Amino acid sequence: MSAAWGVTAIALVSVATLVLGIFGLRVARTTSDFFVASRSVGPRLNASAIGGEYLSAASFLGVAGLVLAFGADMLWYPVGWTAGYLVLLVLVAAQLRRSGAYTLPDFAEARLGSRRLRTVSSLLVVAIGWLYLMPQFQGAGLSLGTITGARPWVGGVVVAVVVLVSVLAGGMRSITLVQAFQYWLKLTALLVPVFFMLQVWLGDGGVSPATESVTAGGTPGDVWAAPLASTSAHPLYSTYSLIVATFLGTMGLPHVVVRFYTNPDGRAARRTTLAVLALLGVFYVLPPVYGALGRLYAPDLIASGRADTVVLELPARMIGGLGGELLSALTTAGAFAAFLSTSSGLTIAVAGVVSQDVVSRWLRPITAFRVSAVIAVVVPLGLALAAPGVSIARSVGLVFAVAASTFCPLLVLGIWWRRLTDVGAMAGLAVGGTCSVAAVTDAFVGTHGPGWVADLLGQPAAWTVPLAFLTMIGVSLLTPHRVPSHVARFMVRLHTPEAVVLDRGRPARN
Amino acid sequence: MTDPVPDRVRVTSPRQVGTRLARTGASEIDAQTQLGELYMSSLLRSQGRLAVTVLVALVVLVGGLPLLFTWAPSLADVELLGMPLPWVLLGFAVYPVMFGLGWFYVRASERTERDFTDVVER
Repeated sequence: MSAAWGVTAIALVSVATLVLGIFGLRVARTTSDFFVASRSVGPRLNASAIGGEYLSAASFLGVAGLVLAFGADMLWYPVGWTAGYLVLLVLVAAQLRRSGAYTLPDFAEARLGSRRLRTVSSLLVVAIGWLYLMPQFQGAGLSLGTITGARPWVGGVVVAVVVLVSVLAGGMRSITLVQAFQYWLKLTALLVPVFFMLQVWLGDGGVSPATESVTAGGTPGDVWAAPLASTSAHPLYSTYSLIVATFLGTMGLPHVVVRFYTNPDGRAARRTTLAVLALLGVFYVLPPVYGALGRLYAPDLIASGRADTVVLELPARMIGGLGGELLSALTTAGAFAAFLSTSSGLTIAVAGVVSQDVVSRWLRPITAFRVSAVIAVVVPLGLALAAPGVSIARSVGLVFAVAASTFCPLLVLGIWWRRLTDVGAMAGLAVGGTCSVAAVTDAFVGTHGPGWVADLLGQPAAWTVPLAFLTMIGVSLLTPHRVPSHVARFMVRLHTPEAVVLDRGRPARN
Repeated sequence: MTDPVPDRVRVTSPRQVGTRLARTGASEIDAQTQLGELYMSSLLRSQGRLAVTVLVALVVLVGGLPLLFTWAPSLADVELLGMPLPWVLLGFAVYPVMFGLGWFYVRASERTERDFTDVVER
């Protein structure tokens, strides 16, 4: 692929992001604009924005790479990332909006009335945010390196700078617009090349990548295409553990939760989530197509360990000449839209927590938010440059395991179970957080040979999530005197439709 | 000890009963009376039951697929539209199913909330 087109594509996406971000500056004047777009975003725009924010490097590049290398079991990543929204819709969407909380720590404090629990939640938000930002920067480095041969850090720095400028300029209001735009850009960027590539494939005789004679990366096609046939010693356990992590982890992601406060009410929050389900379903049909066609047209990427770049390289390889170059430039643009949108969302979420809980003691709110945004970006950028590369989708999958083991039980029990106490929540967060973070760290370092230990640590959610739930429930039952006195009023706030005039106590945040 | 003389009691027509009957479910909830708690717990129960129904459907329809593939490995040899059946299911079919579940949930939960509103505002 020629560097010129790719660089042009990246430059266009970056400029479009900045222009939309700065256009939003005219509107974003108050602190509320910065944080929650003054809660005035309609379901359709908001759903596009949520989709744009959610579809990260892992969805855009990582899924295709994993499918290319490992086959059918990897389809569970996109399925799980979509199902996570259904679980979120059913269990927490409307209630989270009605709580009036802006961040997960806001919710924890409002529900259980404990400053200490708030602090622990804040630490977890920052940890999850940073872990999630890391693969975004690594993906950016990988992409820019693929196109121009630049060193891995260059792409990460480019994304970090663009994100910082747009977040510093406009806050949440402009980001909503930017991200809605980026969802449609990402969808177009994957969809248009697929049409041309399928034509080429049919012209070549339409050989199924699942046939036995197609060998790529040392695996024959029929083994690659069969479910539960590869990747780990206990594929059924690993698959179910991945299902637990992705189905339950989505609701615990800080940048996802922040979005719900931009809905005008609980009903709109539900409708937005339903629209997101549709947008995700449409998008996730596409990446596996790249992975499967990659078996036929780019099998060398597996051996060279660059499976994650298949989305970027495949159009130019399958379609010769200028057309292929332009289509590859299009997928490159989509990839950068993915890095930018997810990184912006995470940066806003982490910066929101850092500014509220740390920096705002010394600075005016908007200045505090800006200082925090810089902190939120610089630290994971440093980590990304220092850490060894793990497959993008896999490392994001591990972050889901941490979110599912911590904030998922806190939210589900906090919303549906009156007897939850601050001590119980704290114990659950500590147990779930410690176990999942330890397992994830071990997976990044990767010291174990194949076997049960490697599988249990490589996909920890199947045991860390039940452990966190049980700890929260058990310790809460042991500390019944700590049930907050305002729990009944708070349940009214969470569950009743806004149309009914009721005393709902104070909102978690004004 | 002598019994204390009972206070004189004024007997009037029970005019307050009228205002008491005019109390709405909303004010019962605000006052956290037993009736108000009943309204709340019935709202939570029906919303909770709805959530569990949708989640069970999700677990069976989507979460059951790995077990299905384990019990019937020959499914991988079945081809639909030129693709192995597991790919058709995981790559395409699950998405409309999940959207359908979400659509059902949104409609049903809005209906529950409308009923709740009607009852407590009466």
